[in-house]
Amino acid sequence: MTILADNISLHLSGFDLLRNVSIEVEAGKVTAIVGPNGAGKSSLLKVITGEIEPTKGTVSLNQQPLNKWRPEQKAQMLAVLPQHSILNFPFTANEVVGLGRIPHQTGSIKDAQIVAEALELVDASYLQKRFYTQMSGGEKQRVQLARVLAQIWQLCELGEQFLLLDEPTSAFDLSHQKLTLDIVRSLADRGVGVVMVIHDLNLASRCADNLVVFNGGIIEAMGSPEAVLTEQLIDKVFEVESIIASHPVSKKPLVIT
Amino acid sequence: MRRFSASGLIWVLTIVLPVVSLLSMTVGTVSISAGDLFGAASNQVNTILFDIRLPRILLAICVGAVLSSTGAVMQGLFRNSLADPSLIGVSSGASVGASLMIVAAGGLIKTGALLGLSLVAVGAFIGGFVATLLVYRLATSDIGTSVTTMLLAGIAIAAIAGALNSLLTYFSDNDMLRQISLWQMGNLSGASWTKVAIMAAVALLLLSLFPRDSHGLNALLLGESEARHLGVDVQAVKRRLILLTALGVGVCVALAGLVGFVGLIIPHIVRLAIGPDHRWLIPASALAGATLLVIADSLARIVVVPAELPTGILTALLGAPFFVALLLQQRKQV
Repeated sequence: MTILADNISLHLSGFDLLRNVSIEVEAGKVTAIVGPNGAGKSSLLKVITGEIEPTKGTVSLNQQPLNKWRPEQKAQMLAVLPQHSILNFPFTANEVVGLGRIPHQTGSIKDAQIVAEALELVDASYLQKRFYTQMSGGEKQRVQLARVLAQIWQLCELGEQFLLLDEPTSAFDLSHQKLTLDIVRSLADRGVGVVMVIHDLNLASRCADNLVVFNGGIIEAMGSPEAVLTEQLIDKVFEVESIIASHPVSKKPLVIT
Repeated sequence: MRRFSASGLIWVLTIVLPVVSLLSMTVGTVSISAGDLFGAASNQVNTILFDIRLPRILLAICVGAVLSSTGAVMQGLFRNSLADPSLIGVSSGASVGASLMIVAAGGLIKTGALLGLSLVAVGAFIGGFVATLLVYRLATSDIGTSVTTMLLAGIAIAAIAGALNSLLTYFSDNDMLRQISLWQMGNLSGASWTKVAIMAAVALLLLSLFPRDSHGLNALLLGESEARHLGVDVQAVKRRLILLTALGVGVCVALAGLVGFVGLIIPHIVRLAIGPDHRWLIPASALAGATLLVIADSLARIVVVPAELPTGILTALLGAPFFVALLLQQRKQV
């Protein structure tokens, strides 16, 4: 079971944002998308989530075209964490995470339990009754992460579940970056397919099963981090000279610039 | 920390509203003791109670409930706690419609005939609905309804409506002028059982349909694409809520004129007290709005006995200082 984006092209107001992009997101795997600013990473996420209709090509979720699923069915299988949130109403963290339970009819007692567990998981239990509007950037991002986790907390009988994260670690300190990657890994182990747009190549290398490099609206390279991350590729895509070393413990490629 | 639990506030208001309404029955140009309310009273007192005051109070309850619940809905939809129902053009359109009728059918209204008064109401309703439709169409494209464009279109429509209104007042005689400006102040004094029936039907319709979209509104506060990712059919929710609001506010304005302020401030105050969850915010706002309007209308009847003030003046006079006090207190806490 997968998300399958087949031969996607996206043409918006005179610009080719994506050209003939095909990508398969497998359940139980972590797919990291990297690439320079404006390379088409976020556009691809928007196409995969059905937010933008591609100019050409098709997207299917669990072997059915994306737009054939009803909105609430789709929401039970696919959760999306945006890069920025514009929430400026004084919800408490509990209430924000509770919004993640909207697609489900599990009852308020079960929902409250899931909300508490999700906040605990992202190290934000202490925020429960605090107002979202009064939190720091990192705290907000953790609460939003808990919200999308709550959305796919339980297995779904409709099909495999997927989590799409747009730069989830951008506002986090070191310990919460590691926490996020650990959560992502354990979700994948549970069978969730994770797609993550990320800028830090070493974080991507550490956690990705499949690394996708975007450049100028096309996929420049795709495969395991070991196969993809080469000095030539980084020079070509980012125009930065680098040395690829091997992580002393995990043996994953380490990009040193 | 919030000061009240949502259910607590709703309970308190469900008790306060009937009490205030009963008290309101006793006040006015003719003072009636509480005993007369339940005991046998003279025919004259009965007429005052059941043909004048009761319909007026019920109208105040329905208008207050509709204005503040639609206010809560609009603030959620626009993700802006300063939005109010008039933003979508309904008030400005209605006021042009009403002025047009007053100027065009001036002779009929002068005599106080029922026909004339209903013409103003019909004009206001049609004007409000047309303006909302226009604003909605301007803001809707293939990719959906843009809330920002709607806000701007609402401002543009309000400007045009203001110009038309000025034009109409320029060409009206003294009597019409007075009619127009009185109507714009908002007044519940023309209450009748027919008006109550119409208004109550609309209020019930709105308050029974809003809960269905409370979750959608909550999700919309996160942003439109986030709401879509949570399985909310955003376009359908917007269309439903804008239509219901146009209907509700249109009828309010048609029957009671421009009662300002309630739709903006009440949801805001209620949100400060119990938080932005629309499952509670909408019913609590409806109750609080009804209570405020009953109080304001009672005062309107007694402050300048034997005459009375337009209700709209009192809602602003009562609500604004309270609101400012709340803001000052909040400033201290931060």
